[in-house]
Amino acid sequence: MAEINFTKLLVHLVVLVDVVLLHVAYATYFERKVIGHMQMRMGPTRVGPMGLLQPIADGIKLFFKEDIIPAAADRPLFYAAPIICLVAMLSCLAVLPFDPNHVLADLNIGLIFIFAMSSLASYGVVLAGWASNSKYSFLGGMRSMSQVISYEIAMGLSLVGVMMMTGSLNLGQIVAAQAASPFGIYAIPQFIGFFVFVVSMLAETNRVPFDLPEAETELVAGYCTEYSGIRFSLFFMAEYIGMIVMASIGTICFLGGWNGPFTVPYVPFFWFLLKIYAIMFFFFWVRATLPRYRYDQLMDLGWKFLIPLALANILLTGLMKTVLE
Amino acid sequence: MNLSISPEAVPLIREGIFVGLIIVTVFGALLATLAKRMTRAVLGLVVCFLGIAGIYYFLNSPFVALMQLLIYVGAVAVTICFAIMLAEPDERKLAAKTPGMAGPLAVLLGATVTWVLAGTAIKAEWMAPAVKINEGSVKDVGVSLLTTYSMVFELVSIVLLIAILGSLVIARSGRDKAEC
Repeated sequence: MAEINFTKLLVHLVVLVDVVLLHVAYATYFERKVIGHMQMRMGPTRVGPMGLLQPIADGIKLFFKEDIIPAAADRPLFYAAPIICLVAMLSCLAVLPFDPNHVLADLNIGLIFIFAMSSLASYGVVLAGWASNSKYSFLGGMRSMSQVISYEIAMGLSLVGVMMMTGSLNLGQIVAAQAASPFGIYAIPQFIGFFVFVVSMLAETNRVPFDLPEAETELVAGYCTEYSGIRFSLFFMAEYIGMIVMASIGTICFLGGWNGPFTVPYVPFFWFLLKIYAIMFFFFWVRATLPRYRYDQLMDLGWKFLIPLALANILLTGLMKTVLE
Repeated sequence: MNLSISPEAVPLIREGIFVGLIIVTVFGALLATLAKRMTRAVLGLVVCFLGIAGIYYFLNSPFVALMQLLIYVGAVAVTICFAIMLAEPDERKLAAKTPGMAGPLAVLLGATVTWVLAGTAIKAEWMAPAVKINEGSVKDVGVSLLTTYSMVFELVSIVLLIAILGSLVIARSGRDKAEC
């Protein structure tokens, strides 16, 4: 007989979403501090001690701002776009194993689930660009699509090496197989795959140097130009959750997941969190360092460099696997 | 709060999910064909694909369902969207009226196809209801693709190759004309 414990499920869900949203809030603080110091500034300092309440203040401000909808917008799609983005990103969280015992849905094909969901998120961006009926938004949406078709294949292929080494698409099993491998992390034997993954991860999350859909120096704010208040913050949350999801995938597939040099008592997710924040720091570091790619350069990079590299990596992994066995 | 589902309710819920997925699929298909704006039509196509992915999942093949999402929603529909936006940035221009004969012909063709398919479906001797042939896992799908269904697999790849060649030919001749 089927029996579902709803209370447990609900508590799990609420805690997960709340914790992640809190991380999103403080990721913005982290970003502003890191970039501030890299540019010899202080970053936020005024709200609360060391500016620690700044994200809360920002959140409250965004929630109470006026919600403006352009007169010529395609209303149903304009409403739907940010929700599509956020829902797609939030549903990725369900399959992420934060430590051996904490995963909401232990799906056997978790990795593919995340790919499928994050490809849905790009529709949010595209529809936002189209529905706003503004040329900046439209250009942002167009660029987002050209970006999707050039890096998503590379990203999928970069992880095939990991799948081949593990023989599984279950994220928990990938971590377990990694712990048993000679190096402990796949970033060393799969260094080509890791490189391709990191580059396409930046493109997937629309971060510098691939922030073409937003490109605040040329397109105002790209696809979210016409959005304000709570709808804008939904896009914002989706972007940061996307960053956390991609950082988690990198951690799980290449950096050994929740395993570390030693176990930290009472905090089983310590290493996982540390690795995620290391990758987040990398995101911000890159943002403070690199200029933006042009979009034909991005397509060149995706099709002519990353995809062949990822394919070579698959071939190499297959050869190594055959030779070693 | 433990919600236990009585055995009598299980088939009902199952039917409900199935009908719900069918409604989503048909709604998407209608939106795809009836929408005046091309972008909305593509969105309808996406909804339709989502419904079909749901049906795959419902039929115990999560891998195929997610592949449907990944390939059709994540790649094919995005490419269509890209082509539409690239070709016709003026979105206010509504889809042109089709010539008079197109409607009746489409209905006739659609009815014939439906009739043949439905007839086959009703008359065919179905295999014993597939309870759960396997876990629908990647390995099983891979093995059957390269053994039982290798012929289909190869044929599909030939079709794709021809499609690529065709698009290359079209793109090439177009460029030459532009240069002349």
